Amino acid sequence: MNIEERLLAGDKRACARLISMLENNDREAFELVKKLYYKSKGAYVIGITGSPGSGKSTLTDKLTKVLRKANKKVGIIAIDPTSPFSGGAILGDRIRMNDLSLDKDVFIRSMGTRGSLGGISKATRGAVRVLDIFGCDYIFIETVGVGQSEIDIVKTADTVVMVMVPNMGDDIQAIKAGTMEIADVFAINKSDLDGADKTKLELEMNLDLNEEKSYRPPVLKVAAGKNQGIEELIMSIMKHKRYLEESGELKNRRIRNNKQELIELTQDELIRIIMEKAVEKDLLDKLAKEVTEKNLDPYTAKDTIVNLIRS
Amino acid sequence: MDRPIRVLVAKPGLDGHDRGAKVVARALRDAGMEVIYTGLRQTPEQIVAAAIQEDVDVVAMSILSGAHNHLFPKVVNLLRGEGADDILVIGGGVIPDDDIPGLKDAGIEAIFTPGTATSDIIYFINNNLKR
Repeated sequence: MNIEERLLAGDKRACARLISMLENNDREAFELVKKLYYKSKGAYVIGITGSPGSGKSTLTDKLTKVLRKANKKVGIIAIDPTSPFSGGAILGDRIRMNDLSLDKDVFIRSMGTRGSLGGISKATRGAVRVLDIFGCDYIFIETVGVGQSEIDIVKTADTVVMVMVPNMGDDIQAIKAGTMEIADVFAINKSDLDGADKTKLELEMNLDLNEEKSYRPPVLKVAAGKNQGIEELIMSIMKHKRYLEESGELKNRRIRNNKQELIELTQDELIRIIMEKAVEKDLLDKLAKEVTEKNLDPYTAKDTIVNLIRS
Repeated sequence: MDRPIRVLVAKPGLDGHDRGAKVVARALRDAGMEVIYTGLRQTPEQIVAAAIQEDVDVVAMSILSGAHNHLFPKVVNLLRGEGADDILVIGGGVIPDDDIPGLKDAGIEAIFTPGTATSDIIYFINNNLKR
């Protein structure tokens, strides 16, 4: 059997290999997904984001176990940072999910960011597609540990869960722009620690100020390590899912996300084509030198490079 | 194609000492490899399931408990059973010299004992990948 047939038959090796091929920008993988795209059923994608050590992996593990009880097939993409120096990475999210390794209806894949700075990797969307074709009902994307501005997850997921921990800053942090704005559900993890109620109050006060009234993100207290609040968290995620479906927002959101993906794919391809030509002609180095020596301004140099696409 | 080598670093069996495995994981990271670290007390079945899903080039295991003659070959056999015999399997830990030939016959392609320079492990991986 070829890789297409094996993937559709639920072969994990085929699924794993196709994800690798996408990660490595293998053209053959794009051709395969072109054919297989129509087999995808539209798996529901849940983003799990939050700061390093907030418990995203443990929470993902526990949420997956609840979905497994309902006999749902689950895919997990867990992302950790790639070294900007060596290109290597330690992908250590799986360590919290080892119980799930042997479940035939769970597929866990670790990915390095490989240069992306938005909290996920470039190939994450492709991996979501593959897991969808593989037959997953739900797909979790666990982002790298984020700070204040890594929000690519909102362009990829249907529901974004922001995992917080108590006492990570005051009420000013809660009203800041960026990651705090993209949550559909807030989960205050490790809420058995002091300060969880204060963190919840600060988040709620900030949410009181939202102008959008049709959906208000709930703030839940959970303790993933102790398996507390997990059922409630799943219920909140499902409630958001129902809201998106019934309001028609799910389709709008997916159109918006697909548009974003098309922009990025087009950008990548155009840059690849232009840069191939520029490198071939040694143009980039030459122009950079001229700009440095003030023989040329940077905008005219840019025009020269962009014009290569027409040659 | 220029792609990072993916390595699963795992601790099969029951000993709770993973300092060595972490040092190796870090060295492989610094050598530009993607290291999937699965942590302590893994069964051979879990290691193989992870290796398949992660599509790794290498499985690197560390054992300090003395169970290497049982656990290392079991991982190799399970991988073969899955048709994943293109994954390079290497091992390390406190392993008596007398046991090494048997382990190599069983398909563990290199055994690194205490005192090995991490650069030797990196060199071995770079030169013995099966795909």
